[in-house]
Amino acid sequence: MADLKTELRQYVQDNFIMGAVATAFSDSDSFMELHILDSTGFLELISYLEETYGIAVKDEEMVPENLDSLNSVAAFVTRKRGA
Amino acid sequence: MSQVKLGPQVLDIDYSAEAARIAGWMVDTLVNKLHRRGVVIAMSGGIDSSACAALAVHALGPKKVFGILLPERDSSSFSLDRGRQLAEHLGIEYKVHDIAPALEGLRCYEERDEAIKRVFPAYGEGWKNKIVIAGGTERGINFFKLVVQSPAGELHEARLPVREYLQIVAATNFKQRVRKTMDYFHADRLNYAVIGTPNRLEYDQGFFVKNGDGSADLKPIAHLYKTQVYAMARHLGLPDEICSAVPTTDTYTLAQGQDEFYFALPYQQMDVALWAHNHGRSAAELGEALGITEAQARLVYLDIEAKRRATYYLHAAPILVEPVVELAGL
Repeated sequence: MADLKTELRQYVQDNFIMGAVATAFSDSDSFMELHILDSTGFLELISYLEETYGIAVKDEEMVPENLDSLNSVAAFVTRKRGA
Repeated sequence: MSQVKLGPQVLDIDYSAEAARIAGWMVDTLVNKLHRRGVVIAMSGGIDSSACAALAVHALGPKKVFGILLPERDSSSFSLDRGRQLAEHLGIEYKVHDIAPALEGLRCYEERDEAIKRVFPAYGEGWKNKIVIAGGTERGINFFKLVVQSPAGELHEARLPVREYLQIVAATNFKQRVRKTMDYFHADRLNYAVIGTPNRLEYDQGFFVKNGDGSADLKPIAHLYKTQVYAMARHLGLPDEICSAVPTTDTYTLAQGQDEFYFALPYQQMDVALWAHNHGRSAAELGEALGITEAQARLVYLDIEAKRRATYYLHAAPILVEPVVELAGL
């Protein structure tokens, strides 16, 4: 899980955060509340998860509980891979 | 002081006074700010451009209003018919330009269809398509579905991956941008200004194309809720076919409502939600007014705020490193 979170954090930083003064975010911070991801950003994140981890995200799984923080995304991907 | 009960009645205004106010503003803007002799307006036959054309004639008289009708391959035939009907009703000069050849030259339809075929390989000649928004008030994360219809009438739908969604939107944005190019051609040759026709819901929520329908010299109904635009159109005596039309995008080949494509709720409810949000009304009160749960109402408010943030880019003028102070105050 630690490696997965590291990879995910790197992905979010590389794709959604710009500049030397980067927005710091904790593993539990909400992407929506910190305005790190907008609606297009969530679509990009889902494409990334599907292509990188070989999972299929269902429409009903596209909810903040699964996608709105590093912790949530890591737990979601782990569950999907284990299923 | 007691508050007005939340519901459609909060949108009631004096339309006669408002039409007079807009007329005065339009004359003042053209004469004293823009120094232009009239206005050009692209008329889709829809309620917004129709109301704007009527307001312009009310303000300036028909001789200073020039209409253009801009059909393309995917436009509904009603759009052109209603646009003509309105131009003749108002007594304005107008011209029809078919912009399909220009769009073909830019590969608008090809780029769009390439993206669609990556999702539905069978898509081709005789097929129709539209994009539908999902998520929103149910889940809090918006996404988009592509709906296609085969020539035999079978419907298929699939969630749109982000690359295909962006390519389809980018390709169809050519339509609004080419239309705006035609607006400015006529504005330049006539020394007129270009009218933009977003209503308040569209303007506030970024439902327009940057440098497409978002571009204009003056926007006479950007402060009016869509409900008010319909009422203004009736007040100005526009034909019933125009006043009764349901808002569509008239952009995709399958008939598509604006609430399917972009907004969380039908426009009558979105107007009340936007008004309520602007006036600090609670989610509980909004939920009761719209017959939805408080949790859903909270998601509607969050969606309004999220769209404002996400679409700030569409409103933003070019940003400079430092102001060119010599132009300040002109």
